[in-house]
Amino acid sequence: MVDVRYDIAFRLYPYEKVPDQDLPPKRHPVVIVGGGPIGMALALDLGRKGTPVLVLDDHEGVGQGSRAICFAKRTLEIADRLGAGQAMVDKGVVWNVGKVFHGDDQVFEFNLQPEGGHKNPAFINLQQPYFEKFIVDEIRKAQDDGAPIEIRGCNAVTGLTPAADHVVLTVETPDGHYQVEADWLVACDGARSPLRDMMRLSFDGRVFEDNFLIADVKMTADFPTERWFWFEPPFKDSGQSALLHKQPDDIWRIDFQLGWDIDRAEELKEENVRARVDAMLGEGVAYTLEWTSIYTFQCRRMQAFRHDRVFFAGDAAHQVSPFGARGANSGIQDADNLAWKLDLVIRGLAPERLLDSYSEERVHGADENILNSTRATDFLTPKSEMSQIFRNAVLALAREHAFARPLVNSGRLSMPCVYDGLSLNGPDLLDGPKRTRVGAPAVDAPLGESHLLDHLPEGFTLLCIDASAPDLEAVDGVSLTHLNLSAEGNPLLADRYLGDAEGAVYLLRPDQHVVARWPAVSADEVRAAMQTALGKDVGCP
Amino acid sequence: MPLNLEPNIPDPDGFYDLLLAAHQGLSKDESDALNARLILVLANHIGDVDVLREALTAACNRSE
Ligand SMILES: Cc1cc2nc3c(=O)[nH]c(=O)nc-3n(C[C@H](O)[C@H](O)[C@H](O)COP(=O)(O)OP(=O)(O)OC[C@H]3O[C@@H](n4cnc5c(N)ncnc54)[C@H](O)[C@@H]3O)c2cc1C
Repeated sequence: MVDVRYDIAFRLYPYEKVPDQDLPPKRHPVVIVGGGPIGMALALDLGRKGTPVLVLDDHEGVGQGSRAICFAKRTLEIADRLGAGQAMVDKGVVWNVGKVFHGDDQVFEFNLQPEGGHKNPAFINLQQPYFEKFIVDEIRKAQDDGAPIEIRGCNAVTGLTPAADHVVLTVETPDGHYQVEADWLVACDGARSPLRDMMRLSFDGRVFEDNFLIADVKMTADFPTERWFWFEPPFKDSGQSALLHKQPDDIWRIDFQLGWDIDRAEELKEENVRARVDAMLGEGVAYTLEWTSIYTFQCRRMQAFRHDRVFFAGDAAHQVSPFGARGANSGIQDADNLAWKLDLVIRGLAPERLLDSYSEERVHGADENILNSTRATDFLTPKSEMSQIFRNAVLALAREHAFARPLVNSGRLSMPCVYDGLSLNGPDLLDGPKRTRVGAPAVDAPLGESHLLDHLPEGFTLLCIDASAPDLEAVDGVSLTHLNLSAEGNPLLADRYLGDAEGAVYLLRPDQHVVARWPAVSADEVRAAMQTALGKDVGCP
Repeated sequence: MPLNLEPNIPDPDGFYDLLLAAHQGLSKDESDALNARLILVLANHIGDVDVLREALTAACNRSE
């Protein structure tokens, strides 16, 4: 028997018995446990590169209940690289205006004017089940094109035994259990990660003593497409803060901060949820309750995300508070980071130690996210009398004085992680713009009718802007594609990649992060930087 | 510029008066709120994180 822990929104991979269940354990290059957004994105990435991957998920599709709603630009760019981005943007809601209230009064209003020259918006609101469905849809298309991806629904992993050069999994199905062997295993099995427990690995951090009630309501009322956030909301029993945010399909996300000592079952009763929502929306607004839930949250991470042949990614590896929408957004960057490394190691084109950089880089990313969401949480829920006094002082000043508005923290938008100073980085010899420094992901820019990121090929890229490229097509068997551009008549490209320089050469990794950049470069220098990015010991003897 | 811990206010008694006058008639809660707003306004005016850090250190290391 396989436990059903949640309802399914889209039944995308119904259980089917496979011959392997009656055969001796079969070895797979990569097994991913957990078909949430992170596991599926990783499977799609690996499969598109031609590396065979098996996904085991204990359900038969995407879970009901929207959870994540806010997806940031970097996530959309990664989804674009994987072919799933456009469907998300088409379905998603783009918003720019936000209002912050304190009690009855509006404190201020902001308009996040999007910066020009990017294909994707700064973020979209989209229910998580759609986000996941669009990735699985793309997996189906990739499979039709021959990508070696297999998804097995209703396959719950219940046991894990590490061996010298592989891992053995016990998998429970409606037809009993069987075993699967994996050269490499990626645990994408969510915040409660059964695999983490099976390996007795710790998951330390800070628990926040608070409960949030979420209600996704469907209404055709004429609220504007804005984000409204209340500190100490004026409506009855609404708790310490509240949020109203638009999603597609006439659905609104409403969030109430309830405090620690609550009776969950009582609070989740329909009449009690409705009393709160009525008080917020005002009498006479008709709506239906689509989904309600109460959640508490933690900010914590594992010590390391690689344990020999087992990797942890997404919520299994790190968990943050939802403020700032960093859960799925950071998990997608985990997948983006791991896929190319695993692919190259499996092909024998990079040493195994390249895989350690996954942990190094993504632990760095997780720490940044935990720091940001902890700060937001401390602002939202002041932990002492004095922090409450300062918080309210900020809100009071923000009404009249612009200087106090940046201090108001109701969650900071997830920004892409920059791998400053980490092992895979090469030299930064260009006195260039900060945002495209070594370790940063490539920044989008317009190219005629299209955009730069759309032109980046799979694999390593040598991006030459008004500079000549050395003659180098591959390094140690790993191919290097050239992209030659001119910034003439393209001020945004110049601004983002050249700064004051005449020309520049950028070496980009398959996940589009900058390995190194130079005003001009020789083949030897590019080769050395690429070897560094491949985790090879080069350096002097 | 390092934090200035030398006398810098031309009319110390006058300033002290201003400070107390601002709190005149306020409850403890109102005064706490005023102090917090004042700190934020002044901190923004200074703007330099190094100076603010030094100021916090100087304020923390008072001798009783
Ligand atoms: C209220 C709320 C709001 C949020 N808002 C945002 C937001 O706006 N933006 C954002 O980026 N993030 C947000 N998040 C976080 C986001 O939902 C998570 O970070 C994201 O779902 C993590 O994806 P995952 O694939 O790592 O894990 P999950 O989505 O948890 O998927 C894990 C999968 O593994 C499966 N599984 C578990 N155990 C086993 C097993 N033993 N065998 C086989 N399969 C197994 C599960 O069934 C599931 O399919 C929010 C979260 C909450 C709670």
